[in-house]
Amino acid sequence: MATEASPIFDTDELVINMGPQHPSTHGVLRIVLKLDGERVIDADVVIGYIHRGIEKLSENRDWTQIILLTDRMDYVAAATNNLGYCETVEKLMEIEVPRRARYIRTVLAELQRIASHCLWLGTHAMDVGAMTVFLYAFRERELILDLFEDYCGARLTYNSMRIGGLPLDIPTGWDNKVRAFCDLMESKIPEYEELLTNNRIWLERTRGVGVISGEDAVGLGLCGPPLRGSGVYRDVRKDEPYAAYDEFEFDVPLGTNGDTYDRYLIRLEEFKQSIRIIRQGLDGMPEGPVMGKVPRLIKPKAGETYHAIESPKGELGYFIVSDGRATNPYRFRVRPPSFCNLQGLRPLIVGHLVADVVTLIGTIDVVLGEVDR
Amino acid sequence: MAEAFAFYTLSVLILGLAVAVITTPNTVHSVVFLVLNFLCVAVLYVFLQAEFLAVIQVLVYAGGIVVLYLFVVMLVNLGRSPEEHQDPRRLGLIGLGLSGAVLLELAGIIAYSYTREQSPPVAAAQASPVQGNIEELGWLLYTDYLIPFEVASVLLLVAMVGAIVLARRES
Amino acid sequence: MIETIVIPLLKIAVLLNAVLVSVTFMTLLERKVIAWAQSRLGPMRVGPYGVLQAIADPIKLILKEDITPVKADRMMFTLAPIISLVPALVVFAVVPFGGDELFYITDINVGLLFIISVTSIGVYGIILAGWASNSKYPLLASLRASAQLISYEIAVTMTLVSVILTAGTLSMVGIVQAQQDSGLWYGFVQPVAFVLVLIGGLAETNRAPFDMPEAEQELTGGFHTEYSGMRFALFFLAEYANMIVISAVVTVLFWGGWLRPFPSIDALAFLDLIPSWIWFFGKMFVFLYLFIWIRATLPRYRYDQLMRLGWKVLIPIAIGNIVVTGIAKVVL
Repeated sequence: MATEASPIFDTDELVINMGPQHPSTHGVLRIVLKLDGERVIDADVVIGYIHRGIEKLSENRDWTQIILLTDRMDYVAAATNNLGYCETVEKLMEIEVPRRARYIRTVLAELQRIASHCLWLGTHAMDVGAMTVFLYAFRERELILDLFEDYCGARLTYNSMRIGGLPLDIPTGWDNKVRAFCDLMESKIPEYEELLTNNRIWLERTRGVGVISGEDAVGLGLCGPPLRGSGVYRDVRKDEPYAAYDEFEFDVPLGTNGDTYDRYLIRLEEFKQSIRIIRQGLDGMPEGPVMGKVPRLIKPKAGETYHAIESPKGELGYFIVSDGRATNPYRFRVRPPSFCNLQGLRPLIVGHLVADVVTLIGTIDVVLGEVDR
Repeated sequence: MAEAFAFYTLSVLILGLAVAVITTPNTVHSVVFLVLNFLCVAVLYVFLQAEFLAVIQVLVYAGGIVVLYLFVVMLVNLGRSPEEHQDPRRLGLIGLGLSGAVLLELAGIIAYSYTREQSPPVAAAQASPVQGNIEELGWLLYTDYLIPFEVASVLLLVAMVGAIVLARRES
Repeated sequence: MIETIVIPLLKIAVLLNAVLVSVTFMTLLERKVIAWAQSRLGPMRVGPYGVLQAIADPIKLILKEDITPVKADRMMFTLAPIISLVPALVVFAVVPFGGDELFYITDINVGLLFIISVTSIGVYGIILAGWASNSKYPLLASLRASAQLISYEIAVTMTLVSVILTAGTLSMVGIVQAQQDSGLWYGFVQPVAFVLVLIGGLAETNRAPFDMPEAEQELTGGFHTEYSGMRFALFFLAEYANMIVISAVVTVLFWGGWLRPFPSIDALAFLDLIPSWIWFFGKMFVFLYLFIWIRATLPRYRYDQLMRLGWKVLIPIAIGNIVVTGIAKVVL
């Protein structure tokens, strides 16, 4: 009886679909993988499953109402989105934000950075198999969410900034709570490091996986930790300082090899630098108003502007066009860091094994809310 | 009495499973019957007081070799029906002829062994300085049968290397 | 008559019950220990401190709808979980739980080899499960899982050879007695073998960090994708039973079985007040806890790294261990 190889074991490719419902794609991301055995030979990244039309909706909203919509883009670090947007409008309207407000904004943004990286660490480690780190990281993130709840009443979508400053001053005792949190966080980072940084299995899963060279990273338009992991020094907080960053001292960690392990180390170091900034912000907090001189009706003059900030995922930019006559923008465009970093996913995963795909999605740290808007 | 009963049941099982191996149309079922066959043979070894052999039979044959058979069977699609120009009667006649020859040979061996005297292996077992199943086996293997043992290992090594070389894809 | 048939049957009945109940409660133990490692409490609602969760889960699984895929090979589909579970239970026949003859069902002179060979039959459960599901992803996943199992079997068997060399016997009771005679637990005499058997045991039972074939993040669904209800539960009961077997084997081979610490020092004879089987279960429990602890802590190996570890690292170390043990035995 003659035999022939079963069709699934031809040397042709196997096409499988990952997502949009998948425990490891960090949102509704769909990747169509073409595999040769276990190796990925091609990938097609499909997005759009959580497109809500934020940019179009903004065209019919008041300038202040848009702040609510921006919360929902990068929902992991919502205050950063608020910050970026408010600063862009302030740049267009040339409003001066009082110093105290700028300090508080910086503290909030850095708290968001820690919260976002906590989520990144937990989910990334869990995808690679270390499930305990997930719970430890989320335990710390809960503390930050409590701090935000004290400040503005919400845990995830804050609506915490206004054009020209902040709607609320910090409650009494909040800065002590934040200081206590910083001390606690500093003691927890060695816990994460103990579990992962020198762990042999973690090293084997992340070292040399997903290497991007510096030129490739720049060519793909990456930003944030994926770019810095490849050794390219670009951090909007240092290059084009905003809020109160020019008054603080902090370092920007850089990687050398451009692999997943370097990106992991960078984000761990960013924890420590954020704590440093927060402490400087709380210690040096000036007195004063938290809201600048803003007209009752926000109607920027005709013109357009682009302003970028460094969100935990990378460079978050806003481009707004105002026609000077209406109270809503003519065009509102967001440059989300996750969208641009997601461009790098396909060149990253081609050539790797299937098990690395989830590691690489985790290392780029995408939030689909931002990608699809 | 009980031993005879057990032996005959076991033999019926072994032969029945062996027939099932050849006649089952589903290849995977056939391999599973083969495993059961080997397990029954292992029980037979226990009856012959060769416990070590029994366990090795399970470990190596049933637990290793047949697993790999099963891999191959599952990865290769054996659903094709026989070619049309093969004449089943001709095949049947060849099969009958071959099995007849094998049976004749077996009969010849049995007849020949009855005409000879007691064979040395019993004497060799009484002569070995160690007691116990494994110890005696080891002693024989490394003294009287050392060369066949080494040759067999080299043979296995060559087969392994050959298989790897053949299966490697040109990368 | 009574001695040869009734007493062993009674022992078997007690042992089977004990094993099956402990396997059920192992599910709860795992959930609790992992929860505590993750700063949470685990199941707390069903019964005091969640203790009855172990009973609620099997009840739920038994009541679930029994789905068999349409084109599946019915006989194999039903047989596969059974083939997984039965060898794991049969192995307990030769494990000595205590010092007296009362505490083991039988002691055959090839006990250790019996354990290895019977556990190797359990591989068929995984292969047939993947095949019987008649779907390409479970088939591929089952072949990978079984390839992992047979690779690590080789490493573990080779490691056990050096333990057998040290003990001079294959019988489980004999190995413990050899440890008693030599006065040292073999964990100290053969530390390398101990570590290798632990790692190999983790891989044999498909436990983290070697559980890539079972991981939810894997795209191919795993060999038990098409299974639901009690059949699914049987696979996991088999996994826990295998874990208990490995813990028992490690205890017997390396940690003195039922012996108290320092069996040869008479000054510590007061420790004999604790019955031998309590020592055994205590030590076994330590290893079970260790298995669960490792699962909570370590990330997961990728499949190719896992196979590389088994073939290129563990097997050479095991062979080296045999050589060193052999030389030591001749020289010392």
